[in-house]
Amino acid sequence: MFDLTGKAALVTGASGGIGGQIARALHDAGATVGLSGTRTEPLEALASELGDRVHVLPCNLSDPTAVAVLPKQAVEAMGSVDVLVNNAGITRDNIFMRMSDDEWQSVIDVNLTATFKLCRGVLRGMMKARWGRIVNISSVVGAVGNPGQGNYAAAKAGMVGMSKSLAYEVATRGITVNAVAPGFIETAMTDKLTDDQKSGILGQIPAGRMGTPEEIAAAVLYLSSPEAAYVTGTTLHVNGGMAML
Amino acid sequence: MSDVEERVKKIVVEHLSVDEEKVTENASFIDDLGADSLDTVELVMAFEEEFGIEIPDDAAETIQTFGDAVKFIKNA
Repeated sequence: MFDLTGKAALVTGASGGIGGQIARALHDAGATVGLSGTRTEPLEALASELGDRVHVLPCNLSDPTAVAVLPKQAVEAMGSVDVLVNNAGITRDNIFMRMSDDEWQSVIDVNLTATFKLCRGVLRGMMKARWGRIVNISSVVGAVGNPGQGNYAAAKAGMVGMSKSLAYEVATRGITVNAVAPGFIETAMTDKLTDDQKSGILGQIPAGRMGTPEEIAAAVLYLSSPEAAYVTGTTLHVNGGMAML
Repeated sequence: MSDVEERVKKIVVEHLSVDEEKVTENASFIDDLGADSLDTVELVMAFEEEFGIEIPDDAAETIQTFGDAVKFIKNA
């Protein structure tokens, strides 16, 4: 099950905790992986850990030119892009009344617009191949909101609507488009929380713990697999029950 | 019939699974040959590949019929 041998997967934000684990899971399933991210060092470290079938494709998703060429670079390196995982994301938190235009726009640009452009950039190859998997990493925040994250929540909810629309368009071509919406996951980002903040968060999670990057990666692997061919336009919530959607 | 017409017709027939007789000069891909909007994008992709040309999006939108496609490719 979930064999990706011979498939090529492009993962953005692979320098982060969740993205790195997604790349590992797809690679373990046999895929050739393209690791994209802004910081080259962690990408190189992950590449040497994984060994063969790995390509490092650094890209700053806030640079529109870089976003436009990334799908082409990935095809040049790997021969095709059969699986696209839009995992990269940034936060610029601020309460609504203080949020600057720039804080709003930069989050929309990287989290939503770059996702749109990368999806568009890989479609041609997937249409020809009559096979493709796009997995967009949303967030529980996109579904339930979060104070201080109006921009982030808007982008993450936008990804869901966008994924559904694209899923409609390409379903007859063997291409599925889905979202995974993580809840609170143990990463460098959540390590910074104070103990008080953590216990507050855990109180909202029926499972009583944070999730792990491996648990997100497993959801992505499923949606990327041949077995998930009949699953499209859906959002898989991986959040320990904190929002049962 | 010219070589270009033959090759375009072959692509259209194969891609849309229609009878060759239906692919006439004025046959509209969408109205007469049952294409959906995604099919028209794929046809353009197939033409680009077959003839080694680039068909920009704004030009692609003007290619509505078999005749349009042949004319565009001959002038490309």
